[in-house]
Amino acid sequence: MSRQRFTIDDLIAKLRTAAGDGDGDGGAAGTSAQILDVRFDELGYDSIALLETAAHIEREFRISLPDSTVAEATTPRAFLAVVNERLAVLVAD
Amino acid sequence: MTSVSTTPAVKPAVVTGIGVAAPNGLGRKLYWEATREGKSGIRKVVRFDASGYPAKLAGEVIDFVAEDHLSSRLLPQTDHMTRLALVAADWALDDAALLPSDWRSFDLGVITAASCGGFEFGQRELANLWSKGPQHVSAYQSFAWFYAVNTGQVSIRHGLRGPSGVLVAEQAGGLDALAQARRQIRKGASAIISGGIDGSICPWGWAAQLTSKRLSISTDPRAAFLPFDRRARGHVPGEGGALLVVEDATFASQRGARVYGEIAGYGATFDAAPWLHQEPGLRRAAEIAIADAGLTPRDIGIVFADAAGVLELDRVEAEAITSLFGPYGVPVTAPKTNTGRLYSGGASLDVATALLALRDGLIPPTTNVTPGYVIDLVCDEPRRTDATAALVLARGYGGFNSALVVTCTHS
Repeated sequence: MSRQRFTIDDLIAKLRTAAGDGDGDGGAAGTSAQILDVRFDELGYDSIALLETAAHIEREFRISLPDSTVAEATTPRAFLAVVNERLAVLVAD
Repeated sequence: MTSVSTTPAVKPAVVTGIGVAAPNGLGRKLYWEATREGKSGIRKVVRFDASGYPAKLAGEVIDFVAEDHLSSRLLPQTDHMTRLALVAADWALDDAALLPSDWRSFDLGVITAASCGGFEFGQRELANLWSKGPQHVSAYQSFAWFYAVNTGQVSIRHGLRGPSGVLVAEQAGGLDALAQARRQIRKGASAIISGGIDGSICPWGWAAQLTSKRLSISTDPRAAFLPFDRRARGHVPGEGGALLVVEDATFASQRGARVYGEIAGYGATFDAAPWLHQEPGLRRAAEIAIADAGLTPRDIGIVFADAAGVLELDRVEAEAITSLFGPYGVPVTAPKTNTGRLYSGGASLDVATALLALRDGLIPPTTNVTPGYVIDLVCDEPRRTDATAALVLARGYGGFNSALVVTCTHS
């Protein structure tokens, strides 16, 4: 029932819903591939924006993201890795 | 209360910018037009269904569309009244022609007043908590409800890192914040965005306000809020207020800023416990403010009244005014009859109105009221004046009394 993979486009959509559009051209408005390794703070998303985004993802996919996710996953690529790791566990279960 | 001498060594604090969000006018210009004409913004509550509550009228800023002014970024994290504050701060800076990025960020601050923080936001998140669970509470609730939220958001938006804070004293806080801004100017700040934007027109806010037993339950917008009238039966709550740019006079003059007037005097007192039967502190607050401005009551040309709309409180205020100025001794007005009481936004809006009244030589009217006290209430029609000083009075629920004197030298 759960999706196999959480993609950068999914993350951008969630960020927009939870915290609004990013800043400028380098923000979530840029193409997905371009921002994979751009730090969230440079994209204009602070730690509370990420907490809120994480809560939206947890609710939708019924997973639990560790509190450290927001502090340690400083780029979309790192954030996606954590989410997908949890989703994989869910599928395996 | 320590008195502050007005020696030349004290740096004057002047007002150079005004940003208004009021129920009868969004923006300084529309508000002042409506206020001069006595146009009211009091009507049936539309932000929520108030039909099941005793109080059914409010002064709402209904023509405000947040998306027209703020990025999508700010919307998930802001209460309605914070959105109004952000926009009013933009307008105040714009009016002052002050671009914060041109100056040292530690010399610019934000000091606002709040009575309850973001109640509507808070109510929604509490409802999420109880009906869906903690996972559904917005992370932004951590600050969006908070008293200091407007100060914080304005500070972040414009990069103002100087002296900042929030004053919580209900209606009186709107004056206390401006006085605190003046203190920080005296200590060396260049400019402070100050004043109040307030509002909690939502079921939770309504329930809280009803406990004061001071809300009018009239359903007639023209008869619901009648301060200084023997028919007075409470006030109508409103939302909005004003943010002002308060500046060091030297800084303002060096950058060629246009000046509305000076924050010349301030006084604050606290009422004694009711069972002590002491005189309420309003008169003394006004006395202190006038003396602090280096003036006497004869120099005051307009009084903007607190105008509680509650018989006992109106009597106290009328007596305070009469004991200082004599019967019918000074023109008194309460333009808040057109907006309702805006809590911490109300007094700073009155200060903005006082500065505009001094500038234009026009006292805006109190509306709908048949005066029942020996004060010279300016009713229904605006009145011409050559006043150069105005006294603004404000009382906060729970015993707060504040008074502020603004002066304006006509050029």
